Amino acid sequence: MEKESAKPVGTSLLQDALALPLPQSYLNFVGRQSFRLLQTIQGVGAFALITLGVTFTKFNTAWRVTHPLIRAEIERAGVRLLPGVVFLGLALGLVIVGQTVSLLTKVGAEQFAGTVMVTVLVRELGPLAAALLVMARVGTAIVIELGLSRAQGEVEALESLGIDPVHYLVMPRVIGLAAAIFSLTVYLIITAVVSGYLFVFLQDVPLRPAAYFSQIAQALVWQDFLLLGLKTMTYGTIIAVVTCYHGLAQRLRLEEVSDATTSAIAQCVVGCVLADALFIVIYLLM
Amino acid sequence: MSTVVPPPADPLLELVEADIASAGNLELALVKRVSWRLLRGEYWAVGGLQWSGKSDWLATVAGLQRPAAGEQFLFGVSPAVLHQSDLVVDRQRIGLVFENGGRLFGQMSVRQNVALPLCYHHNCPPEDTRETVAAVLALTGLAELADEPASQLNRSWRQRAALARALVLRPEVLLLDNPLAGLDPRQVRWWLDLLDALNVGHPWLAGRPLTLVATTDDLRPWRTRAHQFALLQNGHWCSLGGRAEMAAHTEPALEDLMTL
Repeated sequence: MEKESAKPVGTSLLQDALALPLPQSYLNFVGRQSFRLLQTIQGVGAFALITLGVTFTKFNTAWRVTHPLIRAEIERAGVRLLPGVVFLGLALGLVIVGQTVSLLTKVGAEQFAGTVMVTVLVRELGPLAAALLVMARVGTAIVIELGLSRAQGEVEALESLGIDPVHYLVMPRVIGLAAAIFSLTVYLIITAVVSGYLFVFLQDVPLRPAAYFSQIAQALVWQDFLLLGLKTMTYGTIIAVVTCYHGLAQRLRLEEVSDATTSAIAQCVVGCVLADALFIVIYLLM
Repeated sequence: MSTVVPPPADPLLELVEADIASAGNLELALVKRVSWRLLRGEYWAVGGLQWSGKSDWLATVAGLQRPAAGEQFLFGVSPAVLHQSDLVVDRQRIGLVFENGGRLFGQMSVRQNVALPLCYHHNCPPEDTRETVAAVLALTGLAELADEPASQLNRSWRQRAALARALVLRPEVLLLDNPLAGLDPRQVRWWLDLLDALNVGHPWLAGRPLTLVATTDDLRPWRTRAHQFALLQNGHWCSLGGRAEMAAHTEPALEDLMTL
């Protein structure tokens, strides 16, 4: 009895709590969620493989029909978002680049400005910001339009006409979004770098334009260009595949379209962050 | 005296002991053990009340849906073993007009809807299909509505546009899902006259007879037009035979479909 009473009260309560069986409803909840997650991963993975297969094998099939669709998608996800990307680039330049350079100059570390800029803007923030913008503006629209097409039976109509819905509806969106995010990222980086210098100039930081731009140029290596292309196209592919999957994979009722859109965007964010983590590993190995 | 037995005609479409699955649940059999074959030049009307599985039966016949059990054949071959490219060719030989406005692509005009399968399968720009599309639109009485957005048309015109889209590839078989639902008597007569003309050999198909299958929830307009009849009732397929045999049938479900 004495030994038991000498036991610390907190530990005893914790042990008692751990000894209790978990509530059935909680276990059911975790089980359901895990099962649903696995199902989604399996579904999106299979859909991605089918899409990539169709993209590589049928790129030139009926190109007079599909290539205009690709151009239309590039216009929607790229050209029309250009003003938004320029605005975002200006904001990023002023808020992040300008302040960073200003701070580095104050502590006498202005020679690292180029490296910091390339790491933050070219490798991380630029591609991610462009992807988030496309996700919000175009990804949501894709889920809704494909969800409605499926709900109205247009997908079955395509099949009945011998038109592969993945080839006609998904492939143009994948290629269009991949190309659009790559292009938007390039514009965003250029705008941010230029507007960043504008902020530096306005703050009277003693850094000449030639020194500023040459630092950035020196910090860039050829792999940065290659990986920037790969990364942005990976983001575009992830966003297009996940949103098309949610629009097409199952016949949605009209009231389910909003939930499908929310899930698709959440999964796009997770997918892009995971892809980003993979690219960070590659950058660290460089 | 020896009699020469003609070789059996190859069926265009065939179901063998097929359980028709529901589009919403592919494990659920709506109609059980259907054995049916469609021969060239035939004209079938398949009756069934609402929710009897007509649309799913038609989708299975067209090869868009797999049966829950049993086998389906398109032009003598199971779609399960067909290569994707062969399946695409087979789909072009079957025209399908869906129910309730034909499932047109709402964001396109009537002309674009009709031109799409031509442009896709022949890899040509819309300008190259202009003549063919104009001819099929004239055939279906849609020439004046060619540039209207499909979503702006009323249901009966959308149904006609769906017919034009199904005919533009000059198919060998035309499947129609309840095409006369909600049409006025004049429209009904137009549809039946055109289907008759297509079945006997229309200039649009270079005089080749078109094989027709229509599902319906009202057999009255079809009884003097179609040549073979069948019923879907209580999850079962019931072949009624020709016009004379159908008249002799006393199925209660047949009465439902023949009387108001």
